[in-house]
Amino acid sequence: MSTVTVPPPSGPVLDEPPATKRRDTRAALIMVLPAVILLLAFVVVPFIAAGWLSLHNVRLNSGRPATWFGLEHYTRLLTDPEFYRALLNNFIFAIIVVPVQTGLALGLAMLLNRPLRGMSAFRTFFFMPVVFPMALVAVIWKLIYSRDNLGMLNAFLDWVSFGHLGPYDWLGNPATAMLAIIILSIWQGVGFQMIILLAGLQGIPASLYEAASIDKANRWQQFRNVTLPGMRNTLIFVVLVTTIFSFRLFDQVWILTQGGPDNATTTVMFQAVTAAFTENNVGRGAAITVIFFVIVLLITLIQRRLLREEREVS
Amino acid sequence: MSARTATASTVPADEPPVRRKGTGPLRKAGNYLVMIVITLVFVAPILYMVIGSFKPSDEVLNGLAGFLPKDLSLDNYAGVFDRFNSPATGYFYNFYLTSLIVSVVVVVGGLVVNSMAAYALARLRWRGRNGVLLAVILLVIVPFEAITVPLFYLLNDYRNTYYVQFTPFIAQAFSVYLFYTFFVGLPKQLEEAARIDGAGPWRTFFYIVVPMSKPVFASVTILTFLSSWGAFLWPVMMVDQPQFRPLPLEISVFLGQPPTDWGQIFAFGVMLVLPLLVVFLIFQRWFIQSVASSGLKG
Repeated sequence: MSTVTVPPPSGPVLDEPPATKRRDTRAALIMVLPAVILLLAFVVVPFIAAGWLSLHNVRLNSGRPATWFGLEHYTRLLTDPEFYRALLNNFIFAIIVVPVQTGLALGLAMLLNRPLRGMSAFRTFFFMPVVFPMALVAVIWKLIYSRDNLGMLNAFLDWVSFGHLGPYDWLGNPATAMLAIIILSIWQGVGFQMIILLAGLQGIPASLYEAASIDKANRWQQFRNVTLPGMRNTLIFVVLVTTIFSFRLFDQVWILTQGGPDNATTTVMFQAVTAAFTENNVGRGAAITVIFFVIVLLITLIQRRLLREEREVS
Repeated sequence: MSARTATASTVPADEPPVRRKGTGPLRKAGNYLVMIVITLVFVAPILYMVIGSFKPSDEVLNGLAGFLPKDLSLDNYAGVFDRFNSPATGYFYNFYLTSLIVSVVVVVGGLVVNSMAAYALARLRWRGRNGVLLAVILLVIVPFEAITVPLFYLLNDYRNTYYVQFTPFIAQAFSVYLFYTFFVGLPKQLEEAARIDGAGPWRTFFYIVVPMSKPVFASVTILTFLSSWGAFLWPVMMVDQPQFRPLPLEISVFLGQPPTDWGQIFAFGVMLVLPLLVVFLIFQRWFIQSVASSGLKG
C-alpha cells in the first residue's frame, strides 16, 4: 500500500486577491476537518494507545486501574511457544499463498487477456468469489470440508480415485487444517489479484510484443522479456498486498478452527483477539498488535526498497 | 486491440507474422474447455450454496448428490424467519438492518468526508497542507487490525450499538488517497473558469469537480461497500447482543447453534450475499475497474 507515488497538489494558477485566499483557506480547513478529526480519533489515538497499553497490565470492567508492566508483555510473548506457533503459521500461510495465489492470478489474467470471444463472461465468473464476505466463504467451505464421505471434497476425491483416497478430516487434522484454510483463502482472493494483474497486462504496449515477434522470440521468451518486466511494479504491489493480507488472517480461523487443532491454525491476529477479548488481557493483546504492525511496516519498507531499485535501473 | 492490428499490418511482407497459437478450431475448443473447467472451480461452491438453500438439510450434506436439485422448496427461507423470531435469538430483520445501517453510513459518510478532504489537499492552497497530506499517506499503511485492540479498549462503553460499528470506518486514509490522485489528475480549465466567474471553493467542488469524478466515487463506493458489508473482526469484539449483530457475525453464530440445519444456513448465506451479488452483476464494469484502479499505484 505504499507503492504510493504522490503527485504534488496543484492549485488553480490564478493570481488571487487576498480575500480569495482567505476564503480558500477557510473552505479548505472546513473540508479537511471532519476527516482529520475522525482519523485522529480512530486511527492516530488508538495507534498511540496500543503502545501505551502494551506496557501496562490492563483489564476491562475490573474496576482496577492499569498498572505499569514494562516490557513484560513483550518478553512473555517472545518466550511463548504458542505465539511463535502463530507467527510460524502466518509465515507458512504467506510462503504458500503469496507465490501460489500470485502465480494463479497471473495465469488467469493471461488466459483472459487473449482475444477470444466470451472472455468477459469468464472474467465475471472468476471474479465472483471476491464479492463474497470471508465469513460466508468460511461457512460454505466448512461444509465442503466435512470429515466423512458426505463432505463434498471427500466425496469428490473418492469419486475421481475410485475409492482410493480419503475420507479425510480436513479441518480436524493438524496436518491438513492450515492447508484447508489456505485453499479457501486462495479461492476467495485470487480474482482480486487477477483483475489488478489484468489491468497491468493491458498496460503493456502491444508494440513491444510485435517487436518481440519480429525478433522471433518464442512465447516463453516473450513472457520472460516483455510480460514480466512490464508487470514488475504491479507484481510487487500484488505480492506486498498478499503478504500483508497473510498476516491479517483472522475471519476464516475464527469461524472454522478457533486456532486448532493443536494450534495448527492459530495466527497472530487470532491470538491478539483471544488475549484482549476472550481472556480480557488487553495489554497482551495490544503488544501483539504492535508486533503485528512492525511486521507490516517491515514488509512495506522492503517493498519500497525493491521499487526504488527499479527506478534506479531504468 | 486496434493498435495491435495496426502495428501488425506494418510488418514487412517478406517477414510473415509469427503464427500465434490459438487459431485452429481444435486449439480453440481446447481453450474453451480449460476456461470452463476453471469456471467450475470458482462457481461450484457458490452453486452448492444456492442449490442447498432450497433443499432439506440431509440432502445438502450428501456427497456429490449435494449438487442435485432435488426436493426443492422455499422451506429453508421460511425456516430462517421462523428461527429468528424472539429477542433472545434476534429477529432476522435485525441483522439485515444492522448491516444496512452500518454500510450506508460508512459508504455515504465516507464519500463526503474523504472526497472533501482530498479536494482541499489536491486543489486548495492553505498552510499546513503538505503536513496533512504526508500524515494521510503515512496512515495508509496502518491496517485496521493494528488498532483493533486499543479501539476495543477505548470504545468499551459503546459496545452493542450501531455507531460503534460505523464511526471508526468513515474516514479512511486510503479513500482520501484514491480521491486525491484522481482530483490531481483532472484538467484544471473548468475549475479555473468557474473561479473566474466568481464561484467559491464549495461551489467549484460540488458543481464542477464532483460531476467529473464519477469513476472515483464509484470505485470508493464499491470498495467500501464490500468491506463494510463483510465486516467481521470488529463486530466479533464489539457486539454480542443479537439486536446489533450484522449478517456475517450472525451466520457464524448460527453455524455453532445446534441443531445444525445446513439448508437454513445456506438460505441465510444466500440472503447475506444477495445485495452484494445484485450490485456486482449490475455494476460489474465499475466493480472490475475499481479493483483494477486500487492496484494502479506502481
